[in-house]
Amino acid sequence: MARMAGRRILELGAIGCAAGLFSGLFGVGGGAIIVPMLVLRRGYADRRAMGTSLVAIAIMAGAAMLAQGAYGNLHVDDGLLVGVPAVGGVVAGTWLQQRIPVRTVRLLFAGVLVVAAIDLALK
Amino acid sequence: MIAAVVVGAFAGVLAGLLGVGGGVLFVPALTVFLGLSQVDAEATSLLAIMPMALVGAWRQHRYGNVSGGDGGILGAAAVPGAIAGVAIVNVVPERIVQVAFAGLMLVIAWQMVRRRPREEM
Repeated sequence: MARMAGRRILELGAIGCAAGLFSGLFGVGGGAIIVPMLVLRRGYADRRAMGTSLVAIAIMAGAAMLAQGAYGNLHVDDGLLVGVPAVGGVVAGTWLQQRIPVRTVRLLFAGVLVVAAIDLALK
Repeated sequence: MIAAVVVGAFAGVLAGLLGVGGGVLFVPALTVFLGLSQVDAEATSLLAIMPMALVGAWRQHRYGNVSGGDGGILGAAAVPGAIAGVAIVNVVPERIVQVAFAGLMLVIAWQMVRRRPREEM
């Protein structure tokens, strides 16, 4: 039992660390690591992996935001301009996710990874 | 300005649907449509991502799709990881890291397509 718990924390710690590493490197990439690793390494169902990923992203983005705020790089008005519609969008997106087949959600996710990979390679 | 609002809403839908942060969309929207520098756009995108992810997590929690404890561990471990990432990017040529990460994402995409989801619906 203790070994299982240790393994869980170790794996989750490694996944979170890798996700943070890539977002530190590129400013993006948290969810692209967390979701597939929860599915492939931790046996998560897809929707649970995607929901849990949002918790991690909120923490990660919050910490990074505090650091960037200290450097004075935040444009609050512009952030709100894209952020407020994004809040509406995320409510719609989570609603939609419950209503389409999980297989479709997964294919969309894989498609977004491929597009992001091509975008990164062509930079 | 309207374009920025539309892209913001679309990034939110993508975040809710796929559990990603949407930085891939927020950052270009802030540079292209609102004229921010790359550094300021990456910083400002966090201002949009944090509340969006928080609301998304709350909705997913209501749908029964959140393991809060695991999410907390992931998020806490990501913070030192991000600090290391920022340090590395200043030492290793960015191009090598970009291509390596692009390759990794392609491998992951293949793994996701190849395996069957745990719960088919």
